[in-house]
Amino acid sequence: MSQYAWLIPVLPFSSFVAIVFLLKKSKAASAAYALASMVASFVVALGILIEKVQDPKAIEIAVNWLNIPEMGNFRGLNVQMGLLIDPLSAAMLFIVTFIAILVTLFSIGYMEGDEGFSRYFAYLSLFAFSMLGLVVANNYFQMFVFWELVGLSSYLLIGFWYHKPSAADAAQKAFITNRWADFAFMVGIILLFVYFGTFNFAELGPAIEHTKDAAFITLIGILIFIGPVGKSAQFPLHVWLPDAMEGPTPVSAFIHAATMVAAGVYLIARGFILFESSETTMLVIAYIGGFTALFAASIAIVQKDIKRVLAYSTLSQLGYMVMAMGVGSLTAGMFHLTTHAFFKALLFLGAGSVIHAMHHEQDMFKMGALSKKMPVTTWTFVIGSLALAGVFPLAGFWSKDEILLAAQHHNFTGLFVLGVIVAFMTAFYMFRLIFVAFFGEKKSDHHAHETSWLMTLPLVLLSVFAVLAGFLNSPWFYEAFGKSFSTFVFFGEPEIPHLDLGVAGLSTVAALAGIFTAWLIYSRKAIPAESIAKKFSGLYKLLWNKYYIDDFYQWLFDKVMFMTGKALDWVDHHIIDGFFDGFAKLVGFTGSKLRLTQTGALQNYALVIFGAVVFFVLLASTPLLGGVIK
Amino acid sequence: MGFPILSTILLAPVIGSIAVLLIPGKNSKAIKVTAALFSSVSLILAVLAYAGYDRTVGGMQYVENIPWVKTFGVNYALGVDGLSMPMVLLTAIILFSGVFVSWKLEDRPKEFFFYMLFLVGGVFGVFMSRDMFFMFFFLEMAVIPKFILINVWGSKYKEYASMKYTLYLLGGSAIALIGLITIFLYAADPSRGLGYYTFDIATLASVKYDPAFQKFAFFLLIIGFGVLVPMFPLHRWTPDGHSAAPTAISMLLAGVIMKLGGYAIIRIGINFLPEGAKFWAPLIAALATVNAVYIAVVAMVQKDIKYVVANSSVSHMGYVLIGIASLNAAAIDGAVGQMFAHGIMAALFFSLVGNIYDKTHTREIADYGGLAHQMPRVAAGFMIASLASLGLPGMFNFVSEFAIFVGAVQVFKVLSVISIFAVVVTAIYALRVMKQTFFGPRNEKWDHIKDAKGVEMVPIVLLGGVLLLFGFFPHLIMDMINSGVAPLAEKFVSLKIGGIF
Repeated sequence: MSQYAWLIPVLPFSSFVAIVFLLKKSKAASAAYALASMVASFVVALGILIEKVQDPKAIEIAVNWLNIPEMGNFRGLNVQMGLLIDPLSAAMLFIVTFIAILVTLFSIGYMEGDEGFSRYFAYLSLFAFSMLGLVVANNYFQMFVFWELVGLSSYLLIGFWYHKPSAADAAQKAFITNRWADFAFMVGIILLFVYFGTFNFAELGPAIEHTKDAAFITLIGILIFIGPVGKSAQFPLHVWLPDAMEGPTPVSAFIHAATMVAAGVYLIARGFILFESSETTMLVIAYIGGFTALFAASIAIVQKDIKRVLAYSTLSQLGYMVMAMGVGSLTAGMFHLTTHAFFKALLFLGAGSVIHAMHHEQDMFKMGALSKKMPVTTWTFVIGSLALAGVFPLAGFWSKDEILLAAQHHNFTGLFVLGVIVAFMTAFYMFRLIFVAFFGEKKSDHHAHETSWLMTLPLVLLSVFAVLAGFLNSPWFYEAFGKSFSTFVFFGEPEIPHLDLGVAGLSTVAALAGIFTAWLIYSRKAIPAESIAKKFSGLYKLLWNKYYIDDFYQWLFDKVMFMTGKALDWVDHHIIDGFFDGFAKLVGFTGSKLRLTQTGALQNYALVIFGAVVFFVLLASTPLLGGVIK
Repeated sequence: MGFPILSTILLAPVIGSIAVLLIPGKNSKAIKVTAALFSSVSLILAVLAYAGYDRTVGGMQYVENIPWVKTFGVNYALGVDGLSMPMVLLTAIILFSGVFVSWKLEDRPKEFFFYMLFLVGGVFGVFMSRDMFFMFFFLEMAVIPKFILINVWGSKYKEYASMKYTLYLLGGSAIALIGLITIFLYAADPSRGLGYYTFDIATLASVKYDPAFQKFAFFLLIIGFGVLVPMFPLHRWTPDGHSAAPTAISMLLAGVIMKLGGYAIIRIGINFLPEGAKFWAPLIAALATVNAVYIAVVAMVQKDIKYVVANSSVSHMGYVLIGIASLNAAAIDGAVGQMFAHGIMAALFFSLVGNIYDKTHTREIADYGGLAHQMPRVAAGFMIASLASLGLPGMFNFVSEFAIFVGAVQVFKVLSVISIFAVVVTAIYALRVMKQTFFGPRNEKWDHIKDAKGVEMVPIVLLGGVLLLFGFFPHLIMDMINSGVAPLAEKFVSLKIGGIF
């Protein structure tokens, strides 16, 4: 099956091209082609996954793309485009294509009647193409190429409703924030190439092993890690992700669950050998991840927009994944990425279903009592939230435990405690959302209704995975099949899954405590939420304003950057132009003065001619007169 | 000698310009069809020559040689190698698009097309000449008609801009000319050089110039040709000149005229005077970095859309300069690639800006907004140009920029990282213009304007298509460029220049 792997990215690309050039006029044909290409990609990806489970040996195929030969001491530029199929990419291909199908299906219902229906599916196909091309990449250059294309697709989709200024702003913010990160990423891979002469993952591995803990490996590692800081929205480049909610909701599901933000985590996994070769880099990764997990969860607690709560929750969960990688467990990070993809896609699509039913109302304090009108959406949403909160035995429980275990195992006690606190906060903000939006009394005069099967079917399918996916890395699964996620995707030695009752108990208590607290405040109303907000009004304001980071960046952008631009523009116009125009004016001035000698009066000219004759006669006769000029 | 394909490419626009003169001025349709016909001859032959160039052999191909002034060794000698063939193709593409961009022009079309075709003949000549005398002759032939074109058909400050343009370029030419003459005389000197007069570029390149002389002559050349590129702080003619010029002329200015400078620096400067180049390289790299970043920041705050694009051209030429200054194969390959990529991209930008201006009669970005509602095709074209400008993979600009950076970082670590930062600033101004011009709610003020269609689509499709073609398959062009650059880079290998690791 691996020989057909190239079809996986190519099929969605064909869909993009076909829709843009041929099918645009027909909405049905556009959607059908997009869906068919995703399904076909999924079938190939599934085949590859099964093949890799049986035989995990990596397969690499590549073609030359660009070749500038080396010359003397200088590197040229040799680039290949290729496919690297190993357990890591096989697992990722499965997740991306699976989520892509469900998102496409859901979108057919969600985007119904939109003017840009065909354009939407073209962009969605482009998005899938970019992400899949990134997943199969066998070298850093190719990864960067598709990484940028992922950025482009997200720009197009976030700004899909370009008539809304907020959407256009958000798209621009996403792209530019990522550009800052990609600048570092690009410098990183250029240096990597200059040192080692190759971009290829397989060739770099042994070369990097020899240079463990060298200063430049740390430098390159951190530069490349800044790429994921942008794409996976880690602090301090997280600001674009919550704004990216301006795009159509299925796109948010796609971005948050399986594609863009996952790309960063996937890159860390793919280049793990590079990061792992420097202790400093690993520490930076671990603490950036851990901090983001806590920081974002704290903001999520006070948000009112249903999608924003989910957005900050994604930030927080991504922080978990990055932290897991940083403490040294590739398996834990990738496993959480996998389970998170299912339940976060479920939650976003659920939110989309609610927003669709509420006619684009997103404030959860204007919803309430949705459980009666929208049972499928409500109960699948509850399953997703339980999974996210990490309640036994749902998917999030297993993957979160894996992360906490990894932190404990590698003696990161601080991060372990932080992880438990974040688990509490996660359960709290999710169930705050559920109690406010889905239960209790109606908070506004809405006429919500259950959405069509196109939208509920993906919810049901995803909730099955949200329940079951975690078992992939449970001791029971290992006992039954002799395999588990951690013996499939790993770095170094495979780990055999085990359940640490202490850790599991602690995280379960944290999660249940979070749910209970949310119930007390928002359902039982034992302590009114308003009074808490009033009591800690300073803290509340700080959280509500997202620690003022967005405002600070805005200020930097408007004041510092634009003012610099204005100043330099002034220099251009006054100093540089002043110098050269002044030079031209000087020539002109001299000319205008010299012009005065050209009087046009014959007598004057005759006088000059006579004078000149006298002068030359004198000059010519100087030898006779014994003069000085010879 | 077979069919003189290069002379035909060169003379087609020149003959076309004369043919245009024979048509009555009132018959503007016939003038345009004639111009399109002759420019398509150049384009078709340029594509054929490009496809037929044997890159495994490399070197000068399709050579033609007619002796002219034997006493001074002046020959009408043409030929193309991996360095000039892409430039010839670039010129042909832009000329062809430029004719279609000017399809609606009704103000003295006869004179307009005469000057335009005539000057492009000069541009072809510069890229094809194997003779330094003719190269300089063609260079002037390309520069002078611009003065009239800007002054008569221009807009906004056109008198100031055309005068500024002409004075800068003539000043540059004068300085470069001194450099060229000293090289010519040095080579003719019996004791130090060859002992006979020649303008043959290959022969002049083989002379071993004294290092002190190389430093002196290279300085003159870099200043003289640096004006054309333009290199900071000699860049100020560009924003005004590009902005005041009529659309097709802006396309030619940014697309090919600026490339004449870069091409001459490579073909004459570093080819003849490698040690002079090595000596001045750090200065050029520093100024190039200023170009790339400083001008990008300036572009960010412009209010006139054409000034944004014009400044962005200067910024992108900074990459070309730092590539050249790095003096290794990857960087120079990238620089030549960037000249091609930027030429196409800038032409696309200017053609779209011209299209919008013709319909809205304003260039203030603040007056636009939501134009994607009325002009979706123009918006799509503008998106392609913006993405190419910010170096998105899939566009040829990305490949050439990446090659420049890989080459440059091996020589100028800090300066090249600062230069790379320009990709962030570029993204900011390109997307800002995109947003303010095309996004946002429908602006009813512009409901009367029509999207691009018919002949207006020719430049958008052709130029956008070229960027994507070479972006997806860069070896189609980079292999050829490398075959031309490798012999040059070889000189620096033997000189043991650079290498930091």
